[in-house]
Amino acid sequence: MPDLGKYAVEVGAAYGLSAVLIVGLVALTLWRGKRVKRALDAAEGRRNA
Amino acid sequence: MQTEMSLWSYANPTRFMATTRPLLPWLSALAAACLVVGLIWGFFFTPDDYRQGSTVKIIYLHVPSALMAINAWFMMLVASLIWLIRRHHVSALAAKAAAPVGVTMTLVALVTGAVWGSPMWGTWWAWDPRLTSFLILFLFYLGYMALWAAIEDPDTAADLTSVLCVVGSVFAVLSRYAVNFWNQGLHQGASLSLDAEENVADVFYFPLLVCIAGFVLLFVALVLARTRTEIRARRLHALQLRERMA
Repeated sequence: MPDLGKYAVEVGAAYGLSAVLIVGLVALTLWRGKRVKRALDAAEGRRNA
Repeated sequence: MQTEMSLWSYANPTRFMATTRPLLPWLSALAAACLVVGLIWGFFFTPDDYRQGSTVKIIYLHVPSALMAINAWFMMLVASLIWLIRRHHVSALAAKAAAPVGVTMTLVALVTGAVWGSPMWGTWWAWDPRLTSFLILFLFYLGYMALWAAIEDPDTAADLTSVLCVVGSVFAVLSRYAVNFWNQGLHQGASLSLDAEENVADVFYFPLLVCIAGFVLLFVALVLARTRTEIRARRLHALQLRERMA
């Protein structure tokens, strides 16, 4: 771990908050993608039944 | 027989889905690799700046996210214009898909800028031309997404959001060039420029380039994935309407 000196809180906060936002966006993208795909597969299944 | 291919053939949803499916895993892996390498390089293996101390490490998040915040809007502008002129549904859905990515990038840029500004400028926020135009761009992103959510008819929603996107482009341009237009703000000039004299030192420059590549690839991968979801959601909506009417 590099010595961040007196700005450790600021650097840590910048990386931490950015990680939360970006990981959250990726997770939401994957979650909604799976949810919509599952619902579409079910609807296509009902249509073809 | 030779089949004529053009860019417009990708506006066909089926073709778009078939083309992007094998691309996505590679793009995602490349984005992750660039981000991991760039951020580890920048965070662990670059020195402190003689004036900014360790806060210089924030540049690896702030500059790429700010760059993508503006360029995401321009991508949305191009897609919106294609929708308005050629009525290709995939382009309207791609613009819709890009907005949450753009707003997240704008928020990352605003947050990291504020966290950096606190020790360096002595304030989290100033009504500086670039900061203010970035805040307005953020509000335009929120308005754009709210408009998509508020209108039930997808074609009307695409029309109105496209017009909003064209109007908001003024602030995307201002966010990029505010430093050049008004010289009285706190925000410094561009960290990266084609004019080599304005660039940051090489020791910071190369990891920054890798991080920028990572953010660009992440943006492309997320927009492709989200556009695929929007296409599926549109199809699902059509099937559900048919079920209700049957």
